Amino acid sequence: MTGSTSHGAVVQFDHVTKHYAASVAKDGKGVPGAVNDLSLTVPAGKICILVGPSGCGKTTSLKMVNRLIEPTSGKITIDGVDITSRGLTDLRRSIGYVIQQVGLFPHQTIGENVATVPRLLGWPAAKLRSRSEELLALVGLDPAKYRDRYPAQLSGGERQRVGVARALAADPPIMLMDEPFGAVDPIVRDRLQNEFLRLQESIAKTILFVTHDIDEAIKMGDLVAVFQTGGILAQFGTPLDILAAPASDFVARFVGQDRGLKRLSLLRVSDVDLRPPTTGRPGDSAVEARQRAAADKQHYLLLVDDGNRPLGWIAHDDIPSEGVLTEDLANPVSPQVNRRTTLKDALSMMLDADVQTGIVIDRAGAVQGLLTIDAVARKMRDGEHAPPFDLDFGPESGEPADSAESAESHDAVAPGADPR
Amino acid sequence: MIEGKPLIDFGWILEHLDDIAESILQHLQLTILPLVAGFFIALILAIWAVRQPRVYGLITAVTGIMYTIPSLAAFAILRPIFGLSLLTALIPLTTYTLLILVRNIVAGFQAVPADVLEAAEGMGYTRRQRLLRVELPLAVPLMLAGVRLASVTTIGLATVAAVLGNSFGGFGQLITEGLQTFFPTKYLLGAALSVVLAFLADALFVQLEKVITPWTQARAGAR
Repeated sequence: MTGSTSHGAVVQFDHVTKHYAASVAKDGKGVPGAVNDLSLTVPAGKICILVGPSGCGKTTSLKMVNRLIEPTSGKITIDGVDITSRGLTDLRRSIGYVIQQVGLFPHQTIGENVATVPRLLGWPAAKLRSRSEELLALVGLDPAKYRDRYPAQLSGGERQRVGVARALAADPPIMLMDEPFGAVDPIVRDRLQNEFLRLQESIAKTILFVTHDIDEAIKMGDLVAVFQTGGILAQFGTPLDILAAPASDFVARFVGQDRGLKRLSLLRVSDVDLRPPTTGRPGDSAVEARQRAAADKQHYLLLVDDGNRPLGWIAHDDIPSEGVLTEDLANPVSPQVNRRTTLKDALSMMLDADVQTGIVIDRAGAVQGLLTIDAVARKMRDGEHAPPFDLDFGPESGEPADSAESAESHDAVAPGADPR
Repeated sequence: MIEGKPLIDFGWILEHLDDIAESILQHLQLTILPLVAGFFIALILAIWAVRQPRVYGLITAVTGIMYTIPSLAAFAILRPIFGLSLLTALIPLTTYTLLILVRNIVAGFQAVPADVLEAAEGMGYTRRQRLLRVELPLAVPLMLAGVRLASVTTIGLATVAAVLGNSFGGFGQLITEGLQTFFPTKYLLGAALSVVLAFLADALFVQLEKVITPWTQARAGAR
C-alpha cells in the first residue's frame, strides 16, 4: 500500500567538524551550534535521534547531510558515497526533509504541496496526482477531503502530517527531521509520534531526527546520539544502553534522575523471564490441589477456567482438606497484563493493587505466566554495565524440578506463584 | 459662469461621445504604460535589493528623490530632449511608480516565511525555481497592493501630462480646455472621469488579487 521501494541507506559522519567564526550571526537567529569531530554511523532503516541542549550542534549536523550547511572539515557519506560528489539539488531531492514549522507552501494546495519533489523531478501530472493521494492516505488524511485545501485551512497536526507526506513523496531512502513534532501540543505530538513509528515499520527509511526532548528521543530512537554544548558527541547507543549506562555525568544529568523509570517505559513484559504459575481448576480434587500448592514456592494456587483464563488465587491454607476446588475459594486476581505492556505500566498496576505478581495473559485471556517484581528488578540490574557482584536469583534454581509435576494440566505451567 | 446656463450640458456630452472615448483611451495609455514599465523595472530593482540588502538603501534613496521632483518640472527638464512627445510624459510617470512599487515588492519578498524558504531549499529547488515558483507567487499580495496604490497615483498625475500636447492628453486635456474656455461641462467631466477611473482601477486590483491568490481567501474560510 505504501508503494515504497527504496529502503534506508547508511549515513556516515566521518570526523565532521563545523566551526563558525565568532562574528557569524545568522539572520539574527544567533550563531548555529558548532560540531566537533563527529563520527557516527546510522545503519540503514534505523531512526537515529540527535538530542541535546540548544546550541549543541545537533541541527547543524542534520543540515550538513543535505548540505544546507557545509562542514569545515571531514566528510559525510551515504551508502559509502561522499555527498559532495553529487549535484546539490540531486542530493536534496533524494533526501526527505521535515522541519518544525513544516514550511508548507501557502499558495499551493495540499495535493500540490505533497507532490513537490516529484514535480521537481519531472514526473507526469497523472502520476503526481496519484502519488500525492497515496501519501495523504498513508499519513491518515483523506485525500478527497484534503487534496484541494490550502495549508492555512489545516490544523497544526494536519499540517505536520502533510509535511511528512511531502518528505516521503519521491520515496527517498533518507529522511531528515528537525524537531518535526515540536510545534504541536503534547496530545497531538504523542499521536503523531505513534503514527510515525507505525509508518516507519512499513517504510523502513534511514531517519535522522533532531529533538531537544529526551523523552521523545527515547521513545522514537532505535539509536540516540546525545550531544553536549560545543558540538561534542557525548554518547551514541540504543536508548536502553544510554539509560542503563550513561557515559558521563553530562549524559546522566541530561537523561534525568528518572532514567530507571524511563527504562521501565521502554521495556515490555516480553523482555522479562516469566514465571510459570501453579494452577488448578474448579472441580479438581482438593487433596491433590493442596499438595500442589504446598509444593509452590509461595504456597499459592492460581485457579483457571477451561480456557486457562485466570479466576483467582487460592492460598494453600484456604484449600479444604477434602472435596473439590470451587470458584468461590478464589481471591480476586492480580492485575492482568500482556506481553506488550510496558514494565512501567505493569509495575504501576502491581503497585496500585499492592501485589508482588501480575498475571500475563495472551489475547484470548489465557495465562502465559507470572510477572514478579523480583523479575523486573533483575531485568533492570541486567541492563547496567556489569553487576557489582554475582547475584543469586534463587527462584530459577527451583524450577526444573517442579515443571514435570504440572505438565499433566495445561501448557507448561509449573508452581512458583507468589501472589501476595 | 454664464447666468441661466446649466452647469452640465448633457447635449454637448452626447454630441462628443467619440471625443470622450478617445480621451479615455488616451488616459488609459498614460496610466497603463508607466505602470507596466515601472513594474518590471521595480521588480528587477527589488530582486536586486533582496539579494543584496546593501543596495536597497541606495535604490530607495534614488527612487525617493525622483518621486520628489514635481511633475511639471520633470516635463520641463525632459522637453528639450524628447520634445512635446508621449515619451516625455511617460518617463516621469514611470519613475513616480518606482518608489511605491520597489518598496512593496521588496516587502512582498520579505514577507515570504523563512520556514517556507528553508523547506524549498532543503527539498532541492534551484535558486531560480525557488524565485519563480515560491517567492514570486507568495509576494503577489503585497506586490498587488503596491500596483494598486501606484495606479491610483498615476491616474491622478497623468492629468498633468496634458501640458505636453493635445494628441495624448487624456482627462487632463478635458480639464485644461474646459478651464481655458470657461466650459464647466468639460472640466467637470474630465475630473469626474479621472475619479471614476481611479475607483475602477482600485476595485479591479482588489478583484484581481482575489482571483490570482486564492490561498489568501482560504484563510477566512478555514475550519
